[in-house]
Amino acid sequence: MSATVVSEPVARTAPARRGSHKRNRRSTSVAIAMLVPAAVLMITFLIVPILLTFGLAFTNARLISPVPARFVGFDNFVRLFENETFWRSLINTVVFTIVIVPVQSGLALVLALLVNARVRGTNFFRTVYFLPVVTSIVVVSMLWLFMYQPNGLLNSILAQIGIQGPDWLGDPSWALFSIIMMSIWQAVGFHMIIWLSGLQTIPGELYEAASLDGANGWQQFVHVTWPGLRQTAIFILITITIAAFSLFSQVNIMTQGGPLDSTSTLVFLAVRTGFGLQQTGLAAAISLVFFALVLAVSLLQRYLTRDKEARR
Amino acid sequence: MSDHLAHVADPHVEPEIHRAGERPSRLRPITVMILRIVLCLVFGLPLIFMVVSSFKPDNQIFADLGSWAAFLPVGEISLDNYIGVGERVPFATFMLNSILITVLTVTLGLIVNSMAAFALSRIEFRGQKVILAVVLATLIVPFETMALPLLWWVNTIPYFDGSQGWLDTYEVQIVPFIANAFSIYLFYQYFDSIPKELDEAATVDGAGWFRIYRSIVMPLAGPAIATVAILTFLPAWNSYLWPLMVVQSEDLRPVMVGLDYFKQATGSSGTAWGQIMAYASMITVPILALFIAFQRAFINSIASSGVKG
Repeated sequence: MSATVVSEPVARTAPARRGSHKRNRRSTSVAIAMLVPAAVLMITFLIVPILLTFGLAFTNARLISPVPARFVGFDNFVRLFENETFWRSLINTVVFTIVIVPVQSGLALVLALLVNARVRGTNFFRTVYFLPVVTSIVVVSMLWLFMYQPNGLLNSILAQIGIQGPDWLGDPSWALFSIIMMSIWQAVGFHMIIWLSGLQTIPGELYEAASLDGANGWQQFVHVTWPGLRQTAIFILITITIAAFSLFSQVNIMTQGGPLDSTSTLVFLAVRTGFGLQQTGLAAAISLVFFALVLAVSLLQRYLTRDKEARR
Repeated sequence: MSDHLAHVADPHVEPEIHRAGERPSRLRPITVMILRIVLCLVFGLPLIFMVVSSFKPDNQIFADLGSWAAFLPVGEISLDNYIGVGERVPFATFMLNSILITVLTVTLGLIVNSMAAFALSRIEFRGQKVILAVVLATLIVPFETMALPLLWWVNTIPYFDGSQGWLDTYEVQIVPFIANAFSIYLFYQYFDSIPKELDEAATVDGAGWFRIYRSIVMPLAGPAIATVAILTFLPAWNSYLWPLMVVQSEDLRPVMVGLDYFKQATGSSGTAWGQIMAYASMITVPILALFIAFQRAFINSIASSGVKG
């Protein structure tokens, strides 16, 4: 209560009222101390690189260079937009995304509904469908590289039913599709789990009410399940989209961007440019294009979810 | 919990009691079961193929492709491929590297990120909201966006001994990934649900913030720790793009990059597919076993990381 108490040094048994003054002064320093490791790391290895993406894109920086980087304005972007491999990579990335988003999210929903069904063995099947997700993409790529061989497992199985399988990875018209198929195989289990958790937040009473009103299975799906899943659907669509834009590992392991650039993607091109050719500035420009795409999609998500909350 | 809701939540299975006017469901249990089994084969057979082939010599692998034998451990089964892997590459070194990098990234991450989340959620100080907003904003940015500038950056900053650049070290594979906005977010959400009265009681007893963190909040944070551990463990173990770019020497190479190089290191008689399958099995089967043992925790982690966003 008296003013002198507030300025006393640390008194461990201070009553709460005095303590709150000390706590505020000490709070800030403790808070800072606890934040410092994460802050230093994030600034150094996250914030700075993001800023560098913007900065380096306008220079001719190289990974290792005796001379310092020079500002070159929009030169890198001009070079990119005149480069056919860049456009091919951008188109492949967009095509990959456009195909994979509906197919993978749809298939994941089907899996979730199948797993969720009140038939024995839910946990077993859920686990099996999730196994590819836990498997590294590098391993999955190696395995499918083997299965996609012209004399490999897939073509042998097709031969059993009299179909001549294509050259999955060697034919420019098939290569991207082959990568799409294998990527869906690997990732669909992950989104199945997200759908499942969304399905389980729908209150059971809604279904009981619906079936009391005489709604059949399909009607219940349309009027109870689907509206309840809207939030989940948006999340899934956005995460698949951003992951699809980031396609790299499978391409690097299985096709190296070929044949004839038919599987080259934005990230693959960025790595080839910034790491293989050591042209950091140009790679930063590609990264900036990639970032713009991701930003556009994220803003779209914020718009979609904000719209929903306003309506509620 | 899941079973009760599972029954009611599924519109394709008819409820036990039929009411007048109700049409039967579209899919009967037997159809569900058949579909499930077919999909089980689709997702399971390739992995079985991988493991089974790892025990067969190459010529038999190809001979078996036309029949079910491809998925069965029949014929000349041996460990030859596994021995061959060990002779071609320092597999144990790769494995130890991966384990070291993963363990350090995960444990240091748990400490650093939980402390930051604690400060942001429990301690009131100026600028708290701003820092939180910045952390959350970085969640939009996928790693690939800044991977190349980060490569340039780690090659530019001075290393601990004064030399330039962090390339070809263990640190470059660990340190950039310790602080993680998503982990901070997960801890923050969880800490918010722990009653603040506990803090106040402890303060009256004379405890400082760090003591509260260490002795009260963290012991209660078991589920959050498990979730963050699992969600940071898998990407660290599977990391490929980053170590591919920053590490050249074989001694420091983690196991995933090793597999990619291994495919090139194969023999005069063409690709040694059996050995590749052996390598792949060695790094996959332990993780699958871990997953199956802890599947509830794994799946809950994945599920809880979604939908909030």
